Amino acid sequence: MDERKYNMAEEVKVFSTWASPFALRVIWALKLKGVEFDTVHEDLINKSPLLLQYNPIHKKVPVLVHDGKVICESLVILEYIDETWKQNPLLPEDPHQKANARFWAKFGDDKVMQSIGGGVLLKEGKEQEEGFAASMEHLKYLEDEIRGKKFFGGETIGLADIALGWLAHYLDIVEEIVGLRLIDQEKFPSLAAWKQEFANAPIIRENWPDRDKLVTKYVAMREANLGKGTPK
Amino acid sequence: MADEVTLLDYWLSPFGMRVKIALAEKEVKYEYSEQNLMNRKSDLLLKMNPVYKKIPVLVHNGKPVCESLIILQYIDAVWKGKAPLLPSDPYERAQSMFWADFIDRKVHDISKKLWTTKGEELEAAKKDFFECLELLERELGEKPYFGGEALGYVDIALLPFSCGFYTYETIGDFSIEAQFPKIRAWVDRCLKKESVAKSLAEPAKVHGFILETRKGLGFD
Repeated sequence: MDERKYNMAEEVKVFSTWASPFALRVIWALKLKGVEFDTVHEDLINKSPLLLQYNPIHKKVPVLVHDGKVICESLVILEYIDETWKQNPLLPEDPHQKANARFWAKFGDDKVMQSIGGGVLLKEGKEQEEGFAASMEHLKYLEDEIRGKKFFGGETIGLADIALGWLAHYLDIVEEIVGLRLIDQEKFPSLAAWKQEFANAPIIRENWPDRDKLVTKYVAMREANLGKGTPK
Repeated sequence: MADEVTLLDYWLSPFGMRVKIALAEKEVKYEYSEQNLMNRKSDLLLKMNPVYKKIPVLVHNGKPVCESLIILQYIDAVWKGKAPLLPSDPYERAQSMFWADFIDRKVHDISKKLWTTKGEELEAAKKDFFECLELLERELGEKPYFGGEALGYVDIALLPFSCGFYTYETIGDFSIEAQFPKIRAWVDRCLKKESVAKSLAEPAKVHGFILETRKGLGFD
């Protein structure tokens, strides 16, 4: 029996934006654990004083506020959530498996997102080719890791799935905009299967941001970035 | 069965130094395997870290753990009996993880710029560096360590960069002691601990190496 329910109601707030894949991780984690929370919608062009107060160093979303305690940085927030609400654990008990999950979550942020977001979406010509090639290498590592498993976390969604989950929605949009296929069914069958599995999982499938809005946003981002690089 | 622990490392790597401090704090016996990054990467390194092909890698009973902060968390979870690196309270842990992440994102890249740039770029790098140290000094406050009464995760994450302080000060013509006395005092306090003293590279050696590298890059 969860004693928490009988204590004074917990206050859980998530500062987020509609488009942020990082904030989405936090929302998924809380919902997967059945934790009630309020969302504070931020406009990154016009950040609220509260956001700046809570995250003065990075001034970004997501921010989690739990009974007045402020936590920033999505991967840090995920670990906090997993340690605070023990149901539906996101991380395994075994230290080596835990390290492995953290490794792939970090790889996703440090490498995959950089090459696909920075290299493929925002570049063209030779630079984009290089970004594409790097992305292929990175996706191959993910393919090897997911092979034989339903989720990176095994039978259930884990930390690495949540960290890499943006691939199951945002990537399609990038592919559409640049006209390149990254997670090709033939090249990466296991990763393609995971994408489907994850995108359609309960909770996950109910929380994707609006596709058309994202297309508009990403097209604008790409054009702004290419415009910057064009000699006048 | 006795634990078999090997650390694949490179003497100059601040990330490797983090792991050495942690293993020393926990009094873990291990084999140190220097990887000469100037030569061809060893088969062992390629096998243990196929994704990044980098050090440090901790190999525990044949299984590798990569990425220094992940290694620190692993060490803390496995060798629980002594010298806890992270707090047990989830909120305090999150704060430690936040600051270690901040150090990873900012300190390494910015401090590299302190010896690979000149002129306006160097001045900009110095400004960024001072901003970092200011934030870190504020976070340290009056505590003896970032971890509170004892050395912890954040201390270990930051300490290795202090090996380069003399070099940055010399090249950049500033004094950390003058501008950030609490940070300087914290470094000196930590150096009194054997686990730290024997794990950090000597500033003089680091300085020599960096000067040689700068010559190669066309400086001075």
